[in-house]
Amino acid sequence: MSEQLKVALIGNPNTGKSTLFNDLTGLNQKVGNFPGVTVDKKTGIAKLPNGHSVEIIDLPGIYSLYAKSRDEQIAFEVLYDRKGTLRPDLVIVVADASNLKRNLLLYTQVADLNIPVILVLNMIDVAESNGLKIDINKLSNKLGIRVIAVNARQNKGVDDLKQAIANATRVATQLRTIKVEELAPELIGEISEKFPVSSPYEALQLAHQHENLSSLSTEQSDLIETLEQKHSFHSSSNQAKETVARYSFINDLLFDCVTQDESAKGETFSNRIDKVLTHRFFGLIIFVLILFLVFQSIFTFAEYPMSFIETAFLNLEQWLSRVMPDGVFTNLLINGVIAGLSGVLVFLPQIVILFFFIAVLEDTGYMARVTFMMDKLMRKVGLNGKSVVPLISGVACAVPAIMATRTIENWKDRVITILVTPLMSCSARLPVYTLLISLVVPDQKILGFLSLQGLALLSMYLIGFFAAIGAAWVMKKIVRSRERGYFIMELPIYRMPRWSHIGLQMYEKAKTFVSEAGKIIIAVSVILWVLSTYGPANKMAAIDNKYETLAKTAGNDQKLLEQEKSAEKLEASYAGILGRSIEPVIKPLGYDWKIGIALITSFAAREVFVGTMATIYSVEGEGDNLVSVRQKLSSAKNPETGLPVFTVATAFSLMLFYAFAMQCVSTIAIVYRETKSIKWPLIQLAYMTAMAYFAGLIVFQLLK
Amino acid sequence: MNLSELTIGDCGTIVDFTDQEMSVKLMEMGCLPGELVKLEQVAPLGDPIAITVAGYKLSMRKQEAATILLKR
Ligand SMILES: Nc1nc2c(ncn2[C@@H]2O[C@H](COP(=O)(O)OP(=O)(O)OP(=O)(O)O)[C@@H](O)[C@H]2O)c(=O)[nH]1
Ligand SMILES: [Mg+2]
Repeated sequence: MSEQLKVALIGNPNTGKSTLFNDLTGLNQKVGNFPGVTVDKKTGIAKLPNGHSVEIIDLPGIYSLYAKSRDEQIAFEVLYDRKGTLRPDLVIVVADASNLKRNLLLYTQVADLNIPVILVLNMIDVAESNGLKIDINKLSNKLGIRVIAVNARQNKGVDDLKQAIANATRVATQLRTIKVEELAPELIGEISEKFPVSSPYEALQLAHQHENLSSLSTEQSDLIETLEQKHSFHSSSNQAKETVARYSFINDLLFDCVTQDESAKGETFSNRIDKVLTHRFFGLIIFVLILFLVFQSIFTFAEYPMSFIETAFLNLEQWLSRVMPDGVFTNLLINGVIAGLSGVLVFLPQIVILFFFIAVLEDTGYMARVTFMMDKLMRKVGLNGKSVVPLISGVACAVPAIMATRTIENWKDRVITILVTPLMSCSARLPVYTLLISLVVPDQKILGFLSLQGLALLSMYLIGFFAAIGAAWVMKKIVRSRERGYFIMELPIYRMPRWSHIGLQMYEKAKTFVSEAGKIIIAVSVILWVLSTYGPANKMAAIDNKYETLAKTAGNDQKLLEQEKSAEKLEASYAGILGRSIEPVIKPLGYDWKIGIALITSFAAREVFVGTMATIYSVEGEGDNLVSVRQKLSSAKNPETGLPVFTVATAFSLMLFYAFAMQCVSTIAIVYRETKSIKWPLIQLAYMTAMAYFAGLIVFQLLK
Repeated sequence: MNLSELTIGDCGTIVDFTDQEMSVKLMEMGCLPGELVKLEQVAPLGDPIAITVAGYKLSMRKQEAATILLKR
């Protein structure tokens, strides 16, 4: 087989690269209307009209080749690493046609690197409705390359693009844009002699970026440094000169190729929306109202599907217990796996609704406005406006949220954001909160429409948010940095969300949630069931004997005896021993050893809590009486005192514990990967555990 | 005057920068000497600001805006 052509999508942030990638490959890469949606490279295969297939690489957006943040660095490295496996044979520069001037800056840089290139003018629909007339042929002639107008959102022009990829040559045809050599003649000359560069601009790039390039050895980098000193090369003034030259080239070009229909100008629709949504006074009020609406809907809309899933699982359990033979396997299936699964799947509707709202916020362009409005507040506590995106997506899951911090240029801002993001209440906590809230908060409406349980849930999210802010403020004082922070960000125009895309995203997220949670829960419930059914043989036998004699004694209630027996056996089992061993530590927080077992299993993932509770209470409970997890827990009694286990004090203490504790192996792993050091995940684990413990302790002691 | 001193709705033309390192970043984003800028919005907490430049909307902190010198 001949080697597949590699085609990279390069362009400014938010120009529709990922949308185009999806059109070309049929994949479903995440798209959103704010800069910095894509933070990692992703490859897919596109079929061309001539039957060949090529590899397409989607990359994070960059404004110029001078990368400032981690995500930009990834895009730059793919372009630059001449020996790398991802080195593209062809680059498609995706430009926003409605904003050509700024977008073409990157084009001129890529063109001067002497890689074969095609220019895509995406969002041609927006350009047209803004009254811009672009002479594509003229542009194409002046640049010496293929230029293709595309509307990626509606899949228009994509076939032309595929044809152009098929026709592309392996040699660069573009005309030079600026006289690169004049920027630093001697230095470029000398680097070109000593390094195998394919263009003067590549030599200049080496001079600017040698410190960031992993493909250069230390000696090579030092050599360039010496040359720079010899020719007294000053990087930032040289960059300034280059940028000015490039823009003057672009201005001339656009003057010839683009005309603006003046009648189409005037106050834009987007601007008018902004006047309201970021209004000095109403802006923040609207933001709070939107959040409020989200949490109210999570509770109200999810009610019916949730009770439907709950009954469906109960029926399944009942049916299985009728048709399956009694025995160990049936017991494991019903009390272990199905009880555990139903405990979490019941919450799927809430999670889907949450994802829906986040997707709408991202797809309309409102997310960028939240960033804009919150920057000052965020800066006060040592974060950055750009931290808002990770914080908000942390409400869904901390793992992609921590990857989203790559767009934050300043290292200190980024580390602090990474450290506090897991405090945001992620969707895995939702089942825990909802379950505990439904146990202790009455299902009432205040003022006739506000659900009290919804309010309680909203407060849990607010607690998570303020904890994140508070923790950031403390860390700002501790983490040292000399770098200067700044905030320069594009505000994209508002767009109608693409419902089909949102629907697809929700479906994919729900699918991942079910399969991921499903796998963990099945594994944990099997292990847990084994641990809670078996124990040290002599002890278990002693209990069997004891109850055998008791059963023979006349006048004893057989059913009660059965229950007491299984309770005692659970306590003597391996799981019981485990729970008992940590009981002294958690007792002051109001938890018994059964909750202790759940705390231990939740270290794999938080949502396991519900399943664990379900499994434990099923093992213990009256076998023939099938009820939902909720009912099982609310009727649970402390055998010593006879009082309910889940009092208000215990439930709130537990909720706070789950709000703060770092119980997620995947998050620890991703923090390690993103910070490249074991120090940060350890610090995070330590401070979050301490916070969780003391918050739980204080709340329980105050409320009990 | 500098960009942070504009009032909402006002325009100015960029003439120079006071900070070289920042100017490189700003120029990449289209803020070049000779460009017309218009102050569109100020965030509810008074900072950052949003301007229209080169046909799109750009937000930055007042601290960054203060490095951009304008003439009316
Ligand atoms: N009107 C219109 N909107 C488009 C077009 N292409 C993409 N969009 C929208 O533009 C926004 C950004 O699209 P993305 O594909 O996420 O952009 P990106 O270049 O991958 O962005 P980053 O990953 O942040 O660099 C989304 O809201 C898209 O729906 C188009 O041709 N016309
Ligand atoms: Mg993208």
